[in-house]
Amino acid sequence: MGLVLDHDQALLRNTATDFARQRLPVTNLRRLRDTRDATGFDREVWAEMAGLGWTGMLIPDSLGGNGFGYFGLGLVFEALGRTLAASPLHSTVALSGTALSLVGDAPRAHELLRAIAAGETVVAFAHEEHARHRPWSIATTARRDGDGWVLDGHKRFVADGHVADALVVVARTGGGREDADGLSLFVVDASASGVTRGRLSLADSRNHADVELANVRVPRSALLGAEGGAGAVLERVLDVSRILLAAEMFGMAQQAFETTLDYLKQRQQFGAPIGSFQALQHRAVQMYTEIELSRSVLYEALTALDEGRWDDVPRLASVCKACLNDTLHLVSNEAVQMHGGIGMTDQVDVGLYLKRARVAEATLGTSAFHRERYADLQRF
Amino acid sequence: MSELDRFRAEVREWIAANYPPSMLSPLGLDSPDTPWGGRKTRYANPDVKAWMERVAAKGWVTPEWQPEHGGAGLSPEHARVLREELAAARCRPAAISFGLMMLAPVLHEFASEEQRRRFLPPIARGEIRWCQGYSEPGAGSDLAGLKTRAEDLGDHYLVNGQKIWTSYADQADWIFCLVRTNTESKHGGISFLLIDMSTPGIEVRPIQLISGKSPFCEVFLTDVRVPKENLVGKPGEGWKIAKRLLQHERASISTHLQTGLGGSPTGRSLADLAKASAGERDGRIADAHLRDAVARHEMKSEAIALTLRRVQEESGRHGPSAASSITKSLGAQHNKDKHELMVEILGLAGVGWEGEPFTTEELEVCRQWLRSKGNSIEGGTSEIQTNIVAKQVLGLPG
Repeated sequence: MGLVLDHDQALLRNTATDFARQRLPVTNLRRLRDTRDATGFDREVWAEMAGLGWTGMLIPDSLGGNGFGYFGLGLVFEALGRTLAASPLHSTVALSGTALSLVGDAPRAHELLRAIAAGETVVAFAHEEHARHRPWSIATTARRDGDGWVLDGHKRFVADGHVADALVVVARTGGGREDADGLSLFVVDASASGVTRGRLSLADSRNHADVELANVRVPRSALLGAEGGAGAVLERVLDVSRILLAAEMFGMAQQAFETTLDYLKQRQQFGAPIGSFQALQHRAVQMYTEIELSRSVLYEALTALDEGRWDDVPRLASVCKACLNDTLHLVSNEAVQMHGGIGMTDQVDVGLYLKRARVAEATLGTSAFHRERYADLQRF
Repeated sequence: MSELDRFRAEVREWIAANYPPSMLSPLGLDSPDTPWGGRKTRYANPDVKAWMERVAAKGWVTPEWQPEHGGAGLSPEHARVLREELAAARCRPAAISFGLMMLAPVLHEFASEEQRRRFLPPIARGEIRWCQGYSEPGAGSDLAGLKTRAEDLGDHYLVNGQKIWTSYADQADWIFCLVRTNTESKHGGISFLLIDMSTPGIEVRPIQLISGKSPFCEVFLTDVRVPKENLVGKPGEGWKIAKRLLQHERASISTHLQTGLGGSPTGRSLADLAKASAGERDGRIADAHLRDAVARHEMKSEAIALTLRRVQEESGRHGPSAASSITKSLGAQHNKDKHELMVEILGLAGVGWEGEPFTTEELEVCRQWLRSKGNSIEGGTSEIQTNIVAKQVLGLPG
């Protein structure tokens, strides 16, 4: 496997791109936003996505998936990013699905993975507790209570948290407030007593929620994996999800760039297309350059996941997320500016890309976070 | 044993018998032992010349060329075996020259068979060193605006004009030159002429750069008589040849791309340089800003290295990759950024010009920092490269 798509991969990307354009075009997101749709995604289309096998790409055949792998799923995210498609694919498959796959032979995890592959359930990953990405700063606690556990805490910015059927919760069973040690994973039914969920309205019009856990009792079987040993699992869940979020961002960056390039060729001022002006041409080439760098790091990161190069994955995940953050930041800003006044209106789509861009940039680590992490990993 | 295996064994044996032990260390960048060839070049290590001659005698500098052109007429498979064995034995290249990298490809494509037999063998043997007479004081980015005149006087051309930024003109034996044979047509009036540097009327003056001494020269041509058989292609075909040659030049500039990805002039990583200069706290660079800047640079290095690899993979599968159009300016900018960062890391020691108490590394950082400014100018400025990408890759008008 390399940095260039082979025949099957190119085919998958084309299928996914066609699907996104036909079934989840940007107008779909506008409709969800304008009707204040309570679900925040289209359940019928979600079932079609499962029918295409997309929810089972990281799940083995034995659990009802197809094991197509990370690169394939990355191409799906890239296609969905192009149309700002709202779906629970990232929360359910990337975050929760990876966590459930990594916790060993827990019957509850297998049950959920089967349901995810079949497209029958939405599972949210209840992890972050701050507006800024601080993966180890977990105050939510789980304490033993008779045969089970009791969870208390406040999870914030949980993607699809208000519509999920189940939550995978990161809770502290030991260790200090900022430690990677002492974290445990629990699965909690969304309908469990003591769970309060409230939708958050962010600029991107996508699904985010606050989740309160107040004296939530769960059975012993709710603990996934070893007590206090979720740190390594969490690190890998986050890296997989960073790379797959970067894939969505890559699709967004390409679409916003291509839309802008078309506009430069078509918009006339001073009797000429504005794309004939050198000041704009050079900025367009700058965007193109950043997109090509992003393509290389994203495809390498996805390849490393499929090849199981777990020593490289943390570093590549940080390079990849930081690179896509910076590329999308540049492209989303330039897209608005180069569209001029019309770019400031809700009528054209570039503003929607700008809004989703900033949410995605702050999710799972800003560029500064990942530079800091890269330096730590490289021991400088 | 297959024929190829026999050849491999033969090559291996020959290398063991002929490779000078004094050349076992890798060739450094800008080393005085760079095997440029030619009559005037002097090497710190005399074995460089001996190795060049031994390889050339076998025709192995250019193994795939025909024997009458100075090659060995090897099949691509045999040539690959030869290169693999030379690489496995860590042999330095026998010859590196503008003749090999730039002129030879266009001679193969555009020259007459008579010219090929005359000019290619001395290139293949490293006997004649070439320089490139392209830029002029009034023709930089607008190269086709060149004015050096070659007047047709029947059996010879009379050449008058001036070339600038001619790398190693003071070391070269011959120059391949763009000249104007017709003043009516800008692009169509340019011709490609080969000129012996020892011809009366040629004067070479080295140029001092902001970084100190440099390989660049000015070349003045005053009533230089050049035989007409030294014209490559037809009169007026020079621009077509020049453009093809620039493609080969840009491919060879890829060394700059690699330079930006590496460490300090003495091979230290930027992180180690920063730890030494700004101090270290718990294994980290003590200065938080420098730590962030080094991380930013190294992450970009990874992205560029991966992009170069992807360009190679794409070229292998689908022909020239669109992304290759951005690698030259990208590499130039990254190398400039690396040198700015090293100067910042070293503080005032990074702008030490010469002498005590500065280390070789510090002095080299300063000189190479200044030299790196030329990366985005030479071989086509980044602005011109960007214009080309805007039009040819992005399809923007104008």
